[in-house]
Amino acid sequence: MCVFTALHWATISPLLLAIIIPFIYKYVRQIHTGWFVLILPVILFIYFIQFLPTVSNGDIISNSVPWVPSLGIHFNVYVDGLSLLFALLITGIGSLVVLYSIFYLSKIKEQLHKFYVYLLLFMGAMLGVVLSDNLIVLYTFWELTSLASALLISYWYTRKKSRDGAQKSMLITVFGGFSMLAGIIMLSIITDTFSIREMIAQADIIASSELFIPAMLFILLGAFTKSAQFPFHIWLPDAMEAPTPVSAYLHSATMVKAGIYLVARFTPIFGGAAEWFWIISTFGIVTLLWGSLSAVRQKDLKGILAFSTISQLGLIMTLLGLGSATLYFTDGQNVEIYLAAIVTAVFHLINHATFKGSLFMSAGIIDHETGTRDIRKLGGLMTIMPITFTMSLIGLAAMAGLPPFNGFLSKEMFFTSVLHATEFGIFNMETFGMLFPVIAWIASIFTFLYCAVMFFQTFTGKFEPSNFKKVVHEAPAGLLISPLVLASLVVIFGFFPNILSKSIIEPAVVSIAPMLADSAYLDVDIYMWHGFNTELMMTIGVVVLGTILFLLMNKWVKLSIYKKERDPFNRVYDGLLAGVSTGGRKLTDSYMKDNFRQYLIYIYSFIVLFLGYMMIHLDVIALFPEVYAPIAFHEVTLVVIMIAGAITVAVAKTRLTSLAALGSLGFAIAIFFVLFRAPDLALTQLVIETVSTLLFLLCFYHLPLFKETIDSKSSQIVNGIVATGIGVLVTVLAISAHNNRYFDSLVDFFVDASYEQAGGNNMVNVILVDFRGFDTLFEIAVLGIAAIGIYAMIKGSIKEEEL
Amino acid sequence: MFETILFVALITTSVSMLICLIRAIIGPTTSDRIVALDTFGITLIGFIGVIMILQETLAYTEVILVISILAFIGTVAMSKFIERGVIIDRH
Repeated sequence: MCVFTALHWATISPLLLAIIIPFIYKYVRQIHTGWFVLILPVILFIYFIQFLPTVSNGDIISNSVPWVPSLGIHFNVYVDGLSLLFALLITGIGSLVVLYSIFYLSKIKEQLHKFYVYLLLFMGAMLGVVLSDNLIVLYTFWELTSLASALLISYWYTRKKSRDGAQKSMLITVFGGFSMLAGIIMLSIITDTFSIREMIAQADIIASSELFIPAMLFILLGAFTKSAQFPFHIWLPDAMEAPTPVSAYLHSATMVKAGIYLVARFTPIFGGAAEWFWIISTFGIVTLLWGSLSAVRQKDLKGILAFSTISQLGLIMTLLGLGSATLYFTDGQNVEIYLAAIVTAVFHLINHATFKGSLFMSAGIIDHETGTRDIRKLGGLMTIMPITFTMSLIGLAAMAGLPPFNGFLSKEMFFTSVLHATEFGIFNMETFGMLFPVIAWIASIFTFLYCAVMFFQTFTGKFEPSNFKKVVHEAPAGLLISPLVLASLVVIFGFFPNILSKSIIEPAVVSIAPMLADSAYLDVDIYMWHGFNTELMMTIGVVVLGTILFLLMNKWVKLSIYKKERDPFNRVYDGLLAGVSTGGRKLTDSYMKDNFRQYLIYIYSFIVLFLGYMMIHLDVIALFPEVYAPIAFHEVTLVVIMIAGAITVAVAKTRLTSLAALGSLGFAIAIFFVLFRAPDLALTQLVIETVSTLLFLLCFYHLPLFKETIDSKSSQIVNGIVATGIGVLVTVLAISAHNNRYFDSLVDFFVDASYEQAGGNNMVNVILVDFRGFDTLFEIAVLGIAAIGIYAMIKGSIKEEEL
Repeated sequence: MFETILFVALITTSVSMLICLIRAIIGPTTSDRIVALDTFGITLIGFIGVIMILQETLAYTEVILVISILAFIGTVAMSKFIERGVIIDRH
């Protein structure tokens, strides 16, 4: 079926709209371009909503269009619970972000067409990533998201920090994307397909392959770099140089979740392996802790949010890691525990997208209305910006995990999952498993702490008008709509989490753990109140300890570690980047000496070593054959003349001497042509030798005398060794080639045919102009070019002052 | 017998070429070298003539002619070079 379905058009429609946007921008200047863009994600969102009933029933929509069928690459769109969840996030938050950006970006000052082209490019790429079933297509869209993200980060490209941030995110995510490609290719080698569904069907073949672990590691590297997992998280805080709508969209809700999507998507293939379980959950929990610790030190609103995103992504990753054990036990009572982890991951994914999006937008509003994002300057905005204050309060409370918002539910469920982790009894969980709840709990305390810091530093305290360049007031209504929608979703999902559970969470969980499709355990039900249990005690502990830490803030802000904002891993990255460029330059400088002799030595040394090695390796040296032609005395004399001439050329003190020696060498060769019965060659050789000798004479007249010594002693020795090597090599090669002759030459044909077929007695000339006339034609061309070149060099020379 | 004589002639001419070459290399003045090379060319003519007899062919007659022309031209050119410093005069 070579027909594009509506789903295909939906996937690439943002890319198509991106083509038209510059024209709209150019010709319709009075209306903000964003309004035209806004239509598309809204339509797409409505379109994708329509899939909900189908997908909730457990059905799957799949359509294929061949792209490169001979290589097995098809543009397959594939909608199941997981894809639909992401598609809804992308289009839904996309609509809100576009709406927000209409009021955020000035119609007059900003280059809107660029912004919306990049944004649509990103949206289309992201839809492609989540809807593709073919891994090569997925990879194509994956790289397109990296590209679009870098373009958006460097949107204000005149700032150095923007460019650096874009470069950093590009280098890190493309590094990961490329390694992912390697993993994809390994998987396709094992399974002979690029389709994820077909790979899942062959999961046991993959599991028994020796490429299993490498493929897993490569794909995980791609997922970890994209989703800003420890230690690849360093690009995300620097990506905060992007305009705030971009940060809200890409760096909290969509792109950074592409890695999460990938891990979830590959769980049916790799899940159940101990390596997958341990790598993902360990990296996730470390990221969670590291992100929450680093976020506390930030003084910039977006900096805090960036590290908090890292931390929350680590949380989701941990849950996916723990949940992957579901595939190890497909039956039995244990399944319930692991399944809870996957449910939590999906639930928190949605929650995080809602509250983080609204928080970024609120931070953007604060930046927009006050001119600063520095929490040390901000303060007392509660009464001045009441709506922003309310939205931030909801978002931060959800992020900190306080009731009654959705973050509370997902945090409780997260605690449940990590607490049960120790009970797994597989993969040696009983030994290190204890660390999971402890680390998760500590990280939650710090999460609470930075939420509190962000909230109280921004909205409470004394309002200092002198800190701000502008007159501070509440944002216009348009700017507030999007975060308000998201914040109300936070509340709605908090109070009625089960509107999500059947419709979207369950199908998404089935996509991650397909064998549970008909299982009785799959009954997602999220309760607001789950009784007095350990999880609740842990939350109370988090609140109490977090509050104490916040109250003691005056003490620990003086610690030097609080003042260091930048992540220490940036030093590693900077060092690597600098090391690669200086190392590369040093390496190049070490051999690119701008010296022709040096390069000749490399070339000749390589020839001697390589050919010499190959000749010894293949054992082809044959110096002593049975028969040589007899050697006459006059031939020996001629050879002596040639040797004497050659040595003279090399050691002569004046140019004229070496020229005379060279001439005699040429004449001796002509005599050899005579001796070996080649009259035409002898004739040509004589004439050419004379002409070239005369040309040398012409040149020498204009040249200065020989310098006494050109090279140092040591380089002369090196030259001598290389020259001897070449001489010996060519000699041995020629003799060996002569002695290793396997086929008769074609000479008999030419002897017979030159008169009968070509009508000439002079065989050499018949070959030159008849049998192999093409060669002659182009040698004539060479001579013509040389003549024209010489004429041009003499007549057309540019004067020195013109250069 | 005839062949032996031819070989003796070849050896003699080749030795004389070698001697010419030695003169061309060590020759203290440029004129010495030019004369040596001129003689070298003339000896070469004889050498090739002997080879023609030996190989029973007429294929090298042109070679002999060309050598004689070239030896003349070459000697004239080099003489002109050491006398005036140029080979082809400009008007």
